[in-house]
Amino acid sequence: MGTASKAVADSRANLPFVYRQYSAEQLKHVLYKMYLIRRFEEGAEDSYTRGLIHGTMHLSIGQEASAMGICMPLGEDDQITSTHRGHGHCIAKGAEVKRMFAEFFGKTTGYCKGRGGSMHIADVAKGNLGANGIVGGGIPIAVGAALSSKMMKTGKVVVSFFGDGANNEGAFHEALNMAAVWKLPVIFVCENNGYGMSTSTARSTAVKNIADRAAAYSMPGVIVNGNIFSEVAEASYKAVERARAGEGPTLIESKTYRHRGHSKSDRNRYRTKEEIEDWMSNRDPITLFENELREFGFIDDKGIEAIRVAVAQEIADGIEFAKASPSPHVSETGNYVYTEQA
Amino acid sequence: MDAMVRELSYAQAIQEAMAIAMEMDERVFLMGEDIGVYGGAFQVTGDLVERFGTERVIDTPISELGGAGVAVGAALTGMRPIFEFQFSDFATLAMEQIVNQAAKMRFMLGGEVSVPVVMRFPAGSGTGAAAQHSQSLEAWLGHVPGLKVIQPATPYDAKGMLLAAVADPDPVMIFEHKLLYKAKGPVPEGYYTVPIGKADIRREGRDLTIVATSIMVQKALDAAAVLEAEGIDVEVVDLRTIRPMDKQTVIDSVKKTSRLMCVYEAVKTLGIGAEVSAMIAESEAFDYLDAPIVRLGGAETPIPYNPELEKATVPQVPDIITAARDLVKGVR
Ligand SMILES: Cc1ncc(C[n+]2csc(CCOP(=O)(O)OP(=O)(O)O)c2C)c(N)n1
Ligand SMILES: [Mg+2]
Repeated sequence: MGTASKAVADSRANLPFVYRQYSAEQLKHVLYKMYLIRRFEEGAEDSYTRGLIHGTMHLSIGQEASAMGICMPLGEDDQITSTHRGHGHCIAKGAEVKRMFAEFFGKTTGYCKGRGGSMHIADVAKGNLGANGIVGGGIPIAVGAALSSKMMKTGKVVVSFFGDGANNEGAFHEALNMAAVWKLPVIFVCENNGYGMSTSTARSTAVKNIADRAAAYSMPGVIVNGNIFSEVAEASYKAVERARAGEGPTLIESKTYRHRGHSKSDRNRYRTKEEIEDWMSNRDPITLFENELREFGFIDDKGIEAIRVAVAQEIADGIEFAKASPSPHVSETGNYVYTEQA
Repeated sequence: MDAMVRELSYAQAIQEAMAIAMEMDERVFLMGEDIGVYGGAFQVTGDLVERFGTERVIDTPISELGGAGVAVGAALTGMRPIFEFQFSDFATLAMEQIVNQAAKMRFMLGGEVSVPVVMRFPAGSGTGAAAQHSQSLEAWLGHVPGLKVIQPATPYDAKGMLLAAVADPDPVMIFEHKLLYKAKGPVPEGYYTVPIGKADIRREGRDLTIVATSIMVQKALDAAAVLEAEGIDVEVVDLRTIRPMDKQTVIDSVKKTSRLMCVYEAVKTLGIGAEVSAMIAESEAFDYLDAPIVRLGGAETPIPYNPELEKATVPQVPDIITAARDLVKGVR
């Protein structure tokens, strides 16, 4: 909530939503976290290249404003379900990067004790019910969590993140219908980065905007520029209010772009260099937000530099923590298959 | 005259088989996620879209249930689709169409129709892709009458069995271990088939029969080479097809060696090992057994991400060697 005094509030009256709604400290912290997501993924990528991390990973570099904007109005008790491209969601919902690195390094101190890796990163204590290896797998689960919220009267709102590709899975359609019929406190967030792996939405999806599909399930469908933090946060804020008021679900389509390939095995044959270059240099979400903060007088160059330095330190410490952490022992392979009972 | 034989990878052999099938029969086409310009998640379709165009190499949306169903419908009505699942794990999303529709259509309609669909499933662990991208689910489908389920272990078989699958009038499910895609082996040019439903004795031996599937065939052969130096002579039977199973080859082998071990990557219990063991226990080979049957399969756990744990959940060559030694020496 905004902590700005009346005078300050008046002076911000013509600014976009977040600058009216949140304090300078809060907004600077958002910038910090956007950098944290970016540098975390760069650090993970670098560790992968050096053979410290195996498997594969899906980087959300370029989508940071979307993760941060959606999570901005959520409380710690609210919950999310995430995707294979879920590092940003996890950090935005409050995870510590050191335990995420530890997970990627397969260590016992990781969020999943080394069993899940990047594709299953979660932080249940902070309300992140988990990334998902199955496209669309988290959507009905979010509806189930929202059903719990309603039945148990916890007041929790649940956000389901998914990609544009996921909106062609049956699970998406079945889940939206139930959420609408039962007026559940859930927000469906489609992060439309233009492609499901190599397949553009134009080639995969019969509607122009994913948000158009909301009409089929009688819920609001909202389109936002996913690279502009304030736009995303405003849409999320309204959807959260609606959910908390018992008015039911919202579908938000956050239009964005991933700078990197789909995963570590992408030859990038389906996008042009120019297209990628354009998004990277003209529409980078961190640059856009940083420029706004500076322009509106919330931060100066020194403040930005301080954030970058602090983030670099947190990343370096996180990698050290992961390296120094113990690996699980092979005798523990059977752990966690079932609930341990006394 | 023999066809030219080259060294091809398992993935190249499959790609060549698909190209030959498409050249020979215009009803054959490919469907799957990112099999066009991306070339498939494991580069199995590669550049086929450049040769055959997007009408015959079709990128589907991310819609496994629908996609598999479309392939079933096309097969039912005269086409010959080859449907690629990006990972075998995603068969779980399409089970309805595979199990309730493709497998039963001919039966339910009293033989009036057939469903000549081929489905390909990249399977198995070893790539660090964790619990939802590493499973071996072949026995699930092996349990369904109406389906044929094969697991080629070499590039030669991968090509010949795929061509046999395309020619087959019934639905054929092909499980391809992801770690095999880069394995190389001799593959003749041109058209040939390797029959579905026939096991292959990959190494003859007197002391012990190892029945193995997929990637475990090579591991069993590697173990056999080590055991040979110790004076243990292992026969390795590559099952190749799990439904319909070639019982006779296994029975004959066990009658010869009097000992049986089954090695497969899927979870050990309630699977292929149980089926082969029970089949032997029910057969005349039972009387020939000199020792209890041994199964080596995957641990009773989902596949973990951590690489050491991941390796520990599936049989490795040293595990096979130790188990074979104990079996032959009568250690229990
Ligand atoms: C059911 C299922 N099908 C296919 C895949 C393979 N796969 C993983 S991510 C992906 C693309 C997803 O696209 P989208 O939903 O747009 O998310 P993005 O990767 O763009 O963030 C695909 C095809 C999968 N993991 N699960
Ligand atoms: Mg996408």
